[in-house]
Amino acid sequence: MIDLAAYSPAVQAGALVGTVLLEAVALYVGYGTVEQVAKPLVERITHT
Amino acid sequence: MALFGIALTMLALFVSFGFMVGVLFGFFGMGGSFLVTPALLVMGYPTRVAVGSGMAFVFGTAVIATLKHRDLGQVDYKLGGLMVVGTTAGIEVGSHLVYSLEELGLAGGVIGVTYVFLLGGIGVFVSYNALRSDGADDSGGGHHEAANRDIDPDDIPDIAKRIQSYNVPPMMTLSGGLEVSLWMILGVAFATGLLSGFLGVGGGFIRMPALFYLIGVPVPIAVGTDLFEIVISGGFGAYTYGLNGGVDLSIVVPLLAGSALGARIGSAATSVVNEDDIKIYFGLMLLGGSVAVAFQQSAGYLGMPVLDTIGFVLIMLSAFMVSGAVIYNTITTMRARSNASATAAD
Repeated sequence: MIDLAAYSPAVQAGALVGTVLLEAVALYVGYGTVEQVAKPLVERITHT
Repeated sequence: MALFGIALTMLALFVSFGFMVGVLFGFFGMGGSFLVTPALLVMGYPTRVAVGSGMAFVFGTAVIATLKHRDLGQVDYKLGGLMVVGTTAGIEVGSHLVYSLEELGLAGGVIGVTYVFLLGGIGVFVSYNALRSDGADDSGGGHHEAANRDIDPDDIPDIAKRIQSYNVPPMMTLSGGLEVSLWMILGVAFATGLLSGFLGVGGGFIRMPALFYLIGVPVPIAVGTDLFEIVISGGFGAYTYGLNGGVDLSIVVPLLAGSALGARIGSAATSVVNEDDIKIYFGLMLLGGSVAVAFQQSAGYLGMPVLDTIGFVLIMLSAFMVSGAVIYNTITTMRARSNASATAAD
């Protein structure tokens, strides 16, 4: 684990924004994958 | 039981609240600072943490919603970049106006009244226009190719047509083949930034209608481009608050987990729900917000904290009802389309 407390506030703030950006992109990709898997299933259910 | 140092009930609350805000954010390109910061303040977080964490959350949600709108071809990067330039200058001037009013001892009153009337005014204007034109174009949503498709001149509001008629070079070509003077775009961006800086708000509720009514950009592209601008301003805001330890990741992470799903649904809904319906929901959301802010402003003047609580409950209720209506409308529209295509196949 990287100890960010040792770095300057600018680096810490940059790492914080980077973490949020990374989480956002990961969630976007993750939910996108779930959507691709679930979509045909939902369509099959609604058409039966 | 706790996860990441937060009780599970709190975690569930953050995820569900994030989901609701995500739907509204993806659908309208607004609602972040409007909802999250007051909610965190009510939960007892210090102002710096509530504003900073709210800002970081708005940044993350805007990234997700913008990515989804990009997939649907609903982000005009050139327009977004120009808007950022004009808005930044406007915010700077707006904040100086606030300092001047503070010196005169008038800041609180003038800002409060302007905020209430602006929210209510835009809400009434947008709802009235949408209700007036509702039924004239019942083609439904279906704006998947919004950015590539040429815009029907009948869809452009009269004010936007007038602004587009000023041929002051250099002229910029925007999504859908729109030709608008660079100076007009910068002027609109400056005006929205001025109001945003003056009121101390993110400004999505001003920018989205400004992009549609003043520049003539179709609603889904207005939402997508507004969100792109929020990515930049939200990222900068989160960084600024992060410098002073104002961002708490234990708040942002669960909120974002919920809003990521909500923002996907909200963003996708703009290409399903009828454009006029989007405007009606947007107007209703602003009207609810206007009444709520009026209650909160009155609380300070009348010395009645209960009005502040009523205002907060009203904001949450209107947000809950509008996000529910967006999801309901999306599901019913998709069902109707599915039934229509099944009947056509028969």
